[in-house]
Amino acid sequence: MTWGVVFFPGSNCDRDCVHVLRSVVGQHVEEVWHEDRSLDGIDALVLPGGFSYGDYLRSGAIAATAPVMSAVRELAARGAPVLGICNGFQILAEAGLLSGTLLPNVSLRFRCHPAWVRVESDRTPFTAGLRHGTVLRMPVAHGEGAYFATPAEVAALEAAGRVVFRYCDSLGRVTPQANPNGSVAGIAGVASDAGNVVGLMPHPERASEALLGSTDGRRLFESVVGALVGAG
Amino acid sequence: MRAFRVTIMLKPGVLDAPGQAVQRGLDALGYRVEQVRVGKVVEMTLPDVEGAGVDEMCARFLANPLIETWAIEEIPQGAAT
Repeated sequence: MTWGVVFFPGSNCDRDCVHVLRSVVGQHVEEVWHEDRSLDGIDALVLPGGFSYGDYLRSGAIAATAPVMSAVRELAARGAPVLGICNGFQILAEAGLLSGTLLPNVSLRFRCHPAWVRVESDRTPFTAGLRHGTVLRMPVAHGEGAYFATPAEVAALEAAGRVVFRYCDSLGRVTPQANPNGSVAGIAGVASDAGNVVGLMPHPERASEALLGSTDGRRLFESVVGALVGAG
Repeated sequence: MRAFRVTIMLKPGVLDAPGQAVQRGLDALGYRVEQVRVGKVVEMTLPDVEGAGVDEMCARFLANPLIETWAIEEIPQGAAT
């Protein structure tokens, strides 16, 4: 299968995502420029982290208007796996492809450290190969990662199994101390209604090689490969 | 041409982290301040005389309706240059 990684001006995890998908997971990867208007031939897509457009206006707001986003919408509507990591999550939320938004961290500080998340739903291609309740260790690195949605929206997400990841401690316990940014209900990642579009604040691409302290993040990408190749 | 100023503020109840940081700074300088809210101001000049579309610009892009409100006022031409 062929993966795409979108490069926006100010993306800074783009090369990391390409490296992991290509050299660690062994996938064919196409680098997609934000001005590209076609995603033909792409089976799964990653919107990487960074600070697109310097976080001007709101994180992800200007990138959400990029020419490539029309093609991202079409790809998502076709059911292809689309993953937004950190700034990529913010872009998908601003584009309306995911519910809610990301606010500045409650601590007012940029948080950059290892975190644990619990898999709360296996109805996305990125978690289909993981058991519900699996604890993953991946780093967070963001200043604006506090997930926010109205209570009604959060209830709807929970009821539909669209809360995909929740911050927890190393034993999988969801506690206020384990929540690095003040996200409502400890939400670290959510999915679209159909489940194929997922956004999360932690960085799976920075936790895909033993040298970097964790290989848990790799499981998200491998899950997609297993789901797509298995189905195809 | 007409010029407009859009003031964008976080909705009440949404955590305003910059506002809290500014309040701490004012506190540190010895000012007694009950509450600080930090927003954004966008000024723009439109080529048409209608002035239409500013509200739509806010709803679609300039503000996030989930967490922000906005107010639009017309300002003297040339003020937004």
